[in-house]
Amino acid sequence: MSPAATTTAPASATGVTTPTRAPVITGLGVLAPTGIGTEEHWSSVLAGRSAIGRITLFDPAPYPVRLAGQVPGFVAKERVPSRLIQQTDRWTHLGLAAAEAAIADAQVTPAELAEYEMAVVTSSSSGGTEFGQHEMENLYQHAPDWVGAYQSIAWFYAATTGQISIRHGMRGPCGVLCCEQAGGLDAIGQARRLVRTGAKLVMTGGTDASLCPYGLTAQLSTGQLSTVQDPARAYLPFDAEASGYLPGEGGALLVVEDAEAAEARGAGQGYGRVLGYAAAFDPPPDSDRGPVLARTVRTALADARLDPADVDVVFADALGVPEADRAEAEALAEVFGPRGVPVTAPKTLTGRLYGGGAALDAATALLALRDGTIPHTAGPAAPAPGYEIDLVLGEPRRAELRTALVVARGHGGFNAALVLGHPQGHHVS
Amino acid sequence: MTVTRDAATGRRAVVTGVGVVAPGGVGREAFWKLLSDGRTATRRISLFDPTDFRSRMAAEADFDPVAEGLSPRQIRRMDRAAQFAVVSAREAVEDSGYDFAAADPARTGVSIGSAVGCTMGLEEEYVLLSDAGKHWLVDHTYGVPHLYGYMVPSTLAVEVAWEVGAEGPVALISTGCTSGLDSIGHGVQLIEEGSSDVVLAGATDAPLSPITSACFDAIKATSPNNDDPEHASRPFDAERDGFVLGEGAAVLVLEEKAAAEARGARIYGEIVGYAGRSNAFHMTGLKANGREMAEAIRVCLDRARLDPTAVDYINAHGSGTKQNDRHETAAFKRSLGEHAYRVPVSSIKSMVGHSLGAIGSIEVAACALALDRQVVPPTANLHNPDPECDLDYVPRTAREHAMDVVLSVGSGFGGFQSATVLARPGAVAYEGSAR
Repeated sequence: MSPAATTTAPASATGVTTPTRAPVITGLGVLAPTGIGTEEHWSSVLAGRSAIGRITLFDPAPYPVRLAGQVPGFVAKERVPSRLIQQTDRWTHLGLAAAEAAIADAQVTPAELAEYEMAVVTSSSSGGTEFGQHEMENLYQHAPDWVGAYQSIAWFYAATTGQISIRHGMRGPCGVLCCEQAGGLDAIGQARRLVRTGAKLVMTGGTDASLCPYGLTAQLSTGQLSTVQDPARAYLPFDAEASGYLPGEGGALLVVEDAEAAEARGAGQGYGRVLGYAAAFDPPPDSDRGPVLARTVRTALADARLDPADVDVVFADALGVPEADRAEAEALAEVFGPRGVPVTAPKTLTGRLYGGGAALDAATALLALRDGTIPHTAGPAAPAPGYEIDLVLGEPRRAELRTALVVARGHGGFNAALVLGHPQGHHVS
Repeated sequence: MTVTRDAATGRRAVVTGVGVVAPGGVGREAFWKLLSDGRTATRRISLFDPTDFRSRMAAEADFDPVAEGLSPRQIRRMDRAAQFAVVSAREAVEDSGYDFAAADPARTGVSIGSAVGCTMGLEEEYVLLSDAGKHWLVDHTYGVPHLYGYMVPSTLAVEVAWEVGAEGPVALISTGCTSGLDSIGHGVQLIEEGSSDVVLAGATDAPLSPITSACFDAIKATSPNNDDPEHASRPFDAERDGFVLGEGAAVLVLEEKAAAEARGARIYGEIVGYAGRSNAFHMTGLKANGREMAEAIRVCLDRARLDPTAVDYINAHGSGTKQNDRHETAAFKRSLGEHAYRVPVSSIKSMVGHSLGAIGSIEVAACALALDRQVVPPTANLHNPDPECDLDYVPRTAREHAMDVVLSVGSGFGGFQSATVLARPGAVAYEGSAR
């Protein structure tokens, strides 16, 4: 086996050796406030059923934010081997469960594939947050030797990737991207890179579970969370009443495969294809330079060799912070023209899932492509004056969907854009 | 019907700037002096009171953020790991002579690795908010404005991006103890694929805090040889008994090769190969046969189009744990065959400790300097080699050695194994490269 020696392409230090077709997404594993399982999530989204409620994972009474999206009825021992439950944080429990669901959905048996051609790359925002708080409590309430042996493998940001790799025998290049709430798209972009460097199957996406007192407290420090106490009115992106966002937990993992390899194993057409991706970074807060979101979107479209007119729906970042909403609306209007493309943000039903959020958006976008239905944004009444976007409100909108754009931004200045295509191709403009 | 593209562009990445914050002295030259002298920077921990811990030693950086030119606001806002990263980035930028202010910010990328992020800040704030662990419902009213910046490790990449005005792809890579190799590999990829023309690539960790020490105590990974801190990190020695924690950062300026040559940049070396593999075996355990690390090395050399015999020096992971050093020795034999017995191998962790995610980039920086100076840094404290570790580990004294190609490897929790190869400018020519 000497792949590099057989190509006429220039040598690449990282192994990019052959032209590749767009990778296909053949499996989805969703563990979200809107449902455990892809179809439960999708039906909640289409029905506009909100999963926002009072936090029950701990007593939120002392905090100005008491609402969040929690994964209802998630019992780790039903979905994760008991040995791993005590060794890992809830974030990893959700990741292991989502990975198993994605593998089942893709109808793939990892043991039948080449071990070094399967890879894992996930997004993590804050690692094993709750596990870490418990062990710091052990340390400071008691003594160093009260800190458990699993702290060293549960808290760090690579825990979920490592556990998935081990559980499914995936011995290819593994990775973890921490780009805060943009990370889910960056992980999928990285999965495409890995396919281009020889991986045949990549488990990618992300989950998050930072709903513990210290996690929430840290999030409060950004001043971007909504302190509105009405679950229906707290997270209203693009609305004139936008007051910030609510946090949530969960996410999605996706099976991304090399197109030829997926065909060879008879995987079917899959949910869609990764057509384009780009990442960029905003200038510092004190800069007079503007945000880079419009450029990020254009770069992703150029990467996909598509024009703005080819995009049928945009899944927005929709932070719910007025200044950020305005910047996003302006960027979308700049690229697509005023109200030039349907825009939606079903994440109002779940809250923002940090490392898992953009991955769940990508999964939802793939379901929209599959069913030719744009899910609506539950909550907002109308875009605020001056926001020139066609925000899909009230109910889902039927449409022939060939191409979806997913946009995500992360704290500090991360921007990412992902272009997903229907499995059966796209418009030619 | 499908979108196809020629992904291989012929673009290649070279190292044009090196910045280091390491134990034993801040800056590239102090770092190299320590290594080439074969001195160790391990000592009893001074950053906190280590009395109650099993391992009470570390390689600490004597780092003064004021003296390093950070502003009062930067010092208040930044965790120690972020301070290391920014100071390293500054040194690398200055070393490179690259005019970032004149460059298109959209073409500048950042790829920073870290295993444990802003742990020190996170832990210090926890102590305050929980009143020394008393309250599970921590008191948010004591929270500092930048607390979330400690919670998310992405902050480390943000600070470096702000430092150089990068507006291209920015990422924080966190694959445990291979983070520093993987972040450089990621940076190379950004250049090869054409997303960036220049990338600040490196890694940083400042893990010398009670919670990190406690978690390595719990699994007996760190050395308990507290009576002799200076000689406690003993990779490949028969009496080695665990690693010694370290801290620090290294940041490289990676540039597209043709552009770097065109501007007459001083080039330390070209990154000609990078690969990662995973053992899918155990989060902390390693198989004795070194199988997956050997595969990472094999793929890395294959990508570099180099025969194993081309490798002139191996910068080992060499953590000094019983299992690592045997695993790694087996991996070298498995991937390089007989050549493994002929090539010098050394572990700088014997001198600067194991700074988790940062060390991979610090070791690549050491490789760049070794190529530049044609000197192999030694493995300090190696007196009685483990019979199962029977290679040439360059014991105690640096060695002048002609080198064109050097290999650096890393192994980390999660089962991750990474390898990268640097070549001296002009040492290896690639047909089909862009120019």
